[in-house]
Formats: sequence, C-alpha cells, structure tokens
Amino acid sequence: MTTTTIDGRTVHVNDEGFLTDPAEWDEGLATTLATRIGIELTDEHWKAIRFLRDDYAVQGETATLRRISTVGGVPVKTLFQLFPQKPAKKLAYVAGLPKPHGCV
Amino acid sequence: MRHLVILGGGTAGTMIANKLRRRLRTDEWAITVVDRDDEHHYQPGYLFLPFHAYSRDEIVRSRHRFIADGIRLVYDEVDRVSPTDRTVHLGSGHTLGYDYLVIATGTTPRPDQTPGLLGAEWRRSIFDFYTLEGAQGLSEALDTFDHGRLVVHIAELPIKCPVAPLEFTFLAEAWLRARGLRDRVELVYVTPLDGAFTRPVASARLGGMLAERKIDLVTDFMVERVDPDRKVLVSYDEREVAFDLLVTVPVNMGADFVARSGLGDELQYVTVDKYTLVHPAYDTIFAVGDASNIPTSKAGSVAHFSTDVFVRNFLEHVEGRPMTESFDGHANCFVESGDDKALLLDFNYDTEPLPGRYPFPLVGPLSLLEESRANHLGKLAFRHLYWNVLLPGRPVPLPAHMSLIGKRAPHSEEARP
Repeated sequence: MTTTTIDGRTVHVNDEGFLTDPAEWDEGLATTLATRIGIELTDEHWKAIRFLRDDYAVQGETATLRRISTVGGVPVKTLFQLFPQKPAKKLAYVAGLPKPHGCV
Repeated sequence: MRHLVILGGGTAGTMIANKLRRRLRTDEWAITVVDRDDEHHYQPGYLFLPFHAYSRDEIVRSRHRFIADGIRLVYDEVDRVSPTDRTVHLGSGHTLGYDYLVIATGTTPRPDQTPGLLGAEWRRSIFDFYTLEGAQGLSEALDTFDHGRLVVHIAELPIKCPVAPLEFTFLAEAWLRARGLRDRVELVYVTPLDGAFTRPVASARLGGMLAERKIDLVTDFMVERVDPDRKVLVSYDEREVAFDLLVTVPVNMGADFVARSGLGDELQYVTVDKYTLVHPAYDTIFAVGDASNIPTSKAGSVAHFSTDVFVRNFLEHVEGRPMTESFDGHANCFVESGDDKALLLDFNYDTEPLPGRYPFPLVGPLSLLEESRANHLGKLAFRHLYWNVLLPGRPVPLPAHMSLIGKRAPHSEEARP
C-alpha cells in the first residue's frame, strides 16, 4: 500500500491505483480519477457512482453489475456504455471503492 | 419439544442433520429435513460424465439412505418462509412451524435468465454440465463432435464450483487429443472475469495452462443474449463469439422461495453474517452451503468446513450463549487438468490460492497449485469419502480453518484499471 497525490491531496492507494480508504474520496476526486481513465462524467455516470457509494456504506461490499442494475436501476447495457470494457472495475476505481469481489 | 427444520437435503443439509441428530437430545429436539425428491446427486461427478468416466449409478443415490434415523424427511416444495411467525409454507399447502431454520437449498443454474439460451439450439448444440441431463446430453454431443469451434462459457459469477468450467476445458482438450481430433477443433474459453480465474496467482497459473494448451481466452465478456440462428454469443458491449458446440455455465441463482420470503439478495442468496452464517434480522435463521451469500466459493468443501463451525456455534446459540466459532471462508478445490493429473487450490476470505502443500503444511502429500497425479487420485477418491464419511457426518481429519504455513505469495504486479 502506498500514497499518491491527486488534486494536491495525499490519498492511500493499492498497487492498481484503487483508493484503499473510501473516506478519502469526494466527488471532486471522482472527476479527476475518471479523467485519468478517459471518462468525462455525466449525470448518468453520477447516478451509478452515487448508488455504488451509498450501497457500499450500508453493505460494506462493492456492488456487482447485477446489483447496480436490479437495485440501483442502471441497466447493465448502460453501464457498459458509460464505463466501456470493464464497467465494474472502472466504476469502483472512480467511486474510490475496492474492486468488487470476483467471488471465488 | 423444540423443532429444527432444515430446507434442502443436499450436501450441507444432510451433514448438518446427521451431525446435529447426534448432538441434540431426541427427547428435546425434533429434526425435519425438507426436499423435493429422493435423489441425492454427487454433483462433482457431472464433470466426468461427458467423458464416460462415470456412470449415472455412481453419481445418483437415494436421498433418504443418507439421512440418519430419528430425522423426519418430508418430500415437498417450499413455497415461502414467514420469519416472524417462524413457519415454513410448503408447496402442498402444509405448514411446518420451527424454532430454528437452516436454509440449505443451494444454487441452481438458470438458463432462462439469458435470452436465446433456451431457444432452438438448447441441448442440440448448446449444453450445460451442471445438471445430470445436461451432462448426459453433452456426452452424446461430444461423441459425434469431430471438428469446429468448441466454446466453454461462463455467464456470470458467482457460480457453483468456479473451477469446473476450467476443468471441463482441460479435460475436453485432453479428450480431443486422445481421439486425434485436437487439430480439427478450435477451443475457446469465454469468461466475464478479466483472466482465467478470480484471484491473481491462481489466475496467472491457470491462464498459463490455457495458453500452453492453445486454448483461446476471451475475457471481460458479459453475455447479453445468445443468437441461436447464427450460433453466436453476444455481449452487452456488442462483441460476438461464434460456436459450433457451446458448453455454457448459465447464471446461478438461489431458490425462488428465498426471494418470495424477503430473505435474499439480488441473486436470491440468503443474506447472512459471513462468520456465523446467521441471518442479520432473524437469529432463528441460518443459511449454510451454496444457498448463502458469503463471499467464498460455492463448493462442497465450503459446505463441509462451514458445517463444522456451524454445528459448534448452533449448540451454543440454542443454549442462549454467544457463538464462539468464526468461519474463515475456507475452501479447497481439486482442478482436473487432463491426462490423469490435477491441481489443488486452498484459500479463504483473506488469502488467495497460493503454492504450498496440503493437508499437512510442508509435507503434503498433495501439492497446491501444481499439477500432479496424486491430486487426481485424491479427487477420484473423494467420491467414496463423500458417500461414506462426509454425508453421514463422520469426522473427517481435515482442519476447518485454512493454514498459512509453508505458503508463499509471489510479488503482485503493477497494473491499472
């Protein structure tokens, strides 16, 4: 685990660049993290990000694509358009949360 | 008289019933197991059916034979559970009151969840091998398959026995090679994960084994639908994978009554505390085995290890004492790799599968994450252990908790999303 500086702030990240302390995240940071992976955030992105944050606060686990779709109301198809190729991973990265457990 | 009701007489339900019958006084406790039929399937055996290594008789036994005397077995469907008045409503209209309920109804492949899967090609050029009928149908299809694209596919995680699709692929590759057909068949492995397996060390090792065998790996593929007319898989991001023979692992879900009873998550797995397996809102309800939402493999080994922990906790819990045992998510899985060899994985909630030895650290005789004939023999021997030791609830000399001794973690690589 290391630290890095984003937007002039020091945050803790893992070796893949994911924030390791969800409390260090805020919406400004999300915009910067999204830019780093080539995504410009729209209202639709924010709907998914805010669901992920709220759900994590209650469940203690990062929601899967199915959960974001059935509980959060953003269809999987849309998630693939918003966060191309790897929506689960990219969404967690932008939301400052751990990668969803690929349940073994 | 107190009443324990166990829904599901599969691996977890049978072990729990038999272990608790020995520990709970017969003049104080009645135990009832509910299941829909009298067929107990040794599910790991499905994998070998397509390659004629097992017959039906070795896989299917009568369920009631494995349920000990003093346990009532009711054949019925479960309509729903009313947790507030502690009643199970059965499909026949009968009800069962309980003091404690254990939900052990497992997980089920649901091909109906992917549009097109149950279309005209189902069980013609599309097969699953997680049901007896699917595995038998696949056996016939493989007998006549002599060229083209064989695609092995996982729809969504979690699935029961997450290594089984890899094992099927390795076995199919060896089978085709033995029949002199390997050069005429393109083998493709399609997964929603970003590698061959979930956790990094095992994923790299198993991915390397796919590459060595010239099996194409298609990653990050989340299937949206199947087009049976064109025989292609279509992903949510509009990628396509064509097949001549598709071996798919459909979406897995818990039982429908779990959702009807308001006890489950979005895949109908019962929400429980991952250390004690008790439901967070109802301390009279537990879920053990594949039916629960704990973040570890859906596998018989997990059912077995967690049952040991559950039984000790349950005895404390019903006496009104705090539960002192904690399940660590321990799982181990044999991975058949073809040519009469296998690997063994051993892991838990916190530690990914790593190289080492099992069951005795440093000594073995089984080696972790490495192919060996001993591992293959271990896997085959396990079927006898299952029927004769595990299900009757006899002690198995394997520790419930995972050991870290002698394991080493290779350094993880830098990566970006």
